[in-house]
Amino acid sequence: MDIFLQQLINGLVLGSVYALVALGYTMVYGILELINFAHGEITMMGAMVALAVIGALALAAPGLPGVLVLGAGLAVAIPVCVALGLVIERVAYRPLRHAPRLAPLITAIGVSIILQNVAMLIWGKQYIPFPAVLPQGRHAIHGATITDVQIAILLLATGIMLMLILVVQKTRLGRAMRATAQSRQVASLMGVDANRVIAATFAIGSALAAVAGVMVSAYYGLAHYYMGFLLGLKAFSAAVLGGIGNLGGAMLGGLLLGLIESFGAGYIGDLTGGFLGSNYQDVFAFFVLIAVLVFRPSGLLGARGVERA
Amino acid sequence: MRAVSNVPDLKTPPRWLAFSLLALGLAVLPFLVDAGMGRSWVRLLDLALLYVILALGLNIVVGYAGLLDLGYVAFYALGAYVYAWLASPQFGLHLPFWAVLPLGAALAALFGVLLGAPTLRLRGDYLAIVTLGFGEIIRIFMNNLNAPVNITNGPQGINLIDPVRLGSFDLSQSHQLFGYTFTGIHLTYYLFLLFTLMVIFISMRLEDSRIGRAWVAIREDEIAAAATGINTRNLKLLAFAMGATFGGLAGGLFASFQGFISPESFNLMESIMILCMIVLGGMGHIPGVIFGAVVLTLLPEALRYTGDWQRELFGRIYVDPADLRMLLFGVALVAVMLYRPAGLLPSTRRRREFADAKG
Repeated sequence: MDIFLQQLINGLVLGSVYALVALGYTMVYGILELINFAHGEITMMGAMVALAVIGALALAAPGLPGVLVLGAGLAVAIPVCVALGLVIERVAYRPLRHAPRLAPLITAIGVSIILQNVAMLIWGKQYIPFPAVLPQGRHAIHGATITDVQIAILLLATGIMLMLILVVQKTRLGRAMRATAQSRQVASLMGVDANRVIAATFAIGSALAAVAGVMVSAYYGLAHYYMGFLLGLKAFSAAVLGGIGNLGGAMLGGLLLGLIESFGAGYIGDLTGGFLGSNYQDVFAFFVLIAVLVFRPSGLLGARGVERA
Repeated sequence: MRAVSNVPDLKTPPRWLAFSLLALGLAVLPFLVDAGMGRSWVRLLDLALLYVILALGLNIVVGYAGLLDLGYVAFYALGAYVYAWLASPQFGLHLPFWAVLPLGAALAALFGVLLGAPTLRLRGDYLAIVTLGFGEIIRIFMNNLNAPVNITNGPQGINLIDPVRLGSFDLSQSHQLFGYTFTGIHLTYYLFLLFTLMVIFISMRLEDSRIGRAWVAIREDEIAAAATGINTRNLKLLAFAMGATFGGLAGGLFASFQGFISPESFNLMESIMILCMIVLGGMGHIPGVIFGAVVLTLLPEALRYTGDWQRELFGRIYVDPADLRMLLFGVALVAVMLYRPAGLLPSTRRRREFADAKG
């Protein structure tokens, strides 16, 4: 088996999921300069809701094709996550928009604790396996394998990101979002309803998070009430790596982080003579994060010299 | 209006009386708690004191110098692991605690500077995320450094850590003193109280010193602070080092108290909990921070009683109270931030700042 090609595929698939979650962080940060700590938990909620729906459908109607069942799961998970995102913004962030920056950070942490524990109360503490509804095809290319699930994740993620770029660059809402990100006051003077734009940003980010949550649970074959935490941290690292506030940066950062992780985990054993193993996979995201922030705080695609403090 | 100096003030009791009452109260507190609420609450009291030390340490970094540190637990972990390495069967070393505690605190301080140096340029959220990453890195290394050389014993953690011993006086055993029986947790309470009072004293002296005022100046406006001749680099490093020292000290005490440590005790949630203590209590305000630390240590435990309320209200337990308490904790965090964003016991300065921000 060709390890290089295999790690490349794994990295790209994982990276595209990180990119989807990172987009949610970066859009919110671009407009509000707020780290939406609860974003990872929204991803987790998306996965949990979709899994519940898929599991129920697979039991009720075993004959249905996998794609249809998966679509039904997404169709429920996305509205649930959008509603969650909107409620969180309205209740936990909007009243604190003029408070010092620590206050919304603390409510964000509070909200993620709430979401984690609500999920734990509903679905329990155990790992929930992904129902066997997906096609299990495997394809060999040059000694590496790629599964149907991986192909689907890559295609879906690419499609969603292209759509997002179109929305942000071409539509009225997108223009309003960009204007609000530049200056909320001036945008308001031009007749942009900032509150609606912010709500729309949360809605879009949460929808992306729902899809990413389903992807992650399909990729690893399970979901867990705590899965959103590390995923959220890594996605945030990806957003910072690309340059926070920058959509293209979030996509690039996500892909890069996925590649760094999979290559790092694949080769760290050889590089350190067996001293460090692949169990250090989770460290890479943080090392990358620290390195980026220290040497190029604005990220790869971010504007240089802008101090965001 | 100033009181005429030769008329004795009869309304407020003299300071010495207030202090001796406070001292007496603190001295008998573990016995009252033991008699009234049970032994497990005395243990919690010990933990609350430990968290007061931690919260006051983080308060130096976040509250005084305004550097948002989400990886504070890493210093706590370092202090605990240093204690465990030097006083447990892990390496067969059994050094006395008065030698190990300063070592742990010093190593934590060194790491504080190591973390502080590359992050000096960062502020606000970015600093928060870097420190968060630092905390996770330390935890992941503690979790994995059991192979090929067993340093931390991995996820199993280090067991059989020596308790605090003064000569032949073992603080984890029961002793007969002055005709009373003092159990290990009672004696630990007095030891922790001693360290807590020391940390409170240092914090109070720092607050009004040149250093403390320089930190506040950096927090309010770094550029203006630098312009008035404050060496912002050294002072920020000093803040990191001081905070880390307290964290390392608390870590050592924790290791000796528990007798067992594992990476699980030092996760991000712990950092967040300590941060919440100072934000909820009132940042930069020593009584507020102490209050926040005590309340947040006792609150999750108090929320265990939700099981009894459920039984009274509904006749049965619907939700396991152990699962419910973190949920209620999250709700409490959000609610306090929404209704008391300056904290429950804010300093006068911050209360004024928040009043200005509203108007």
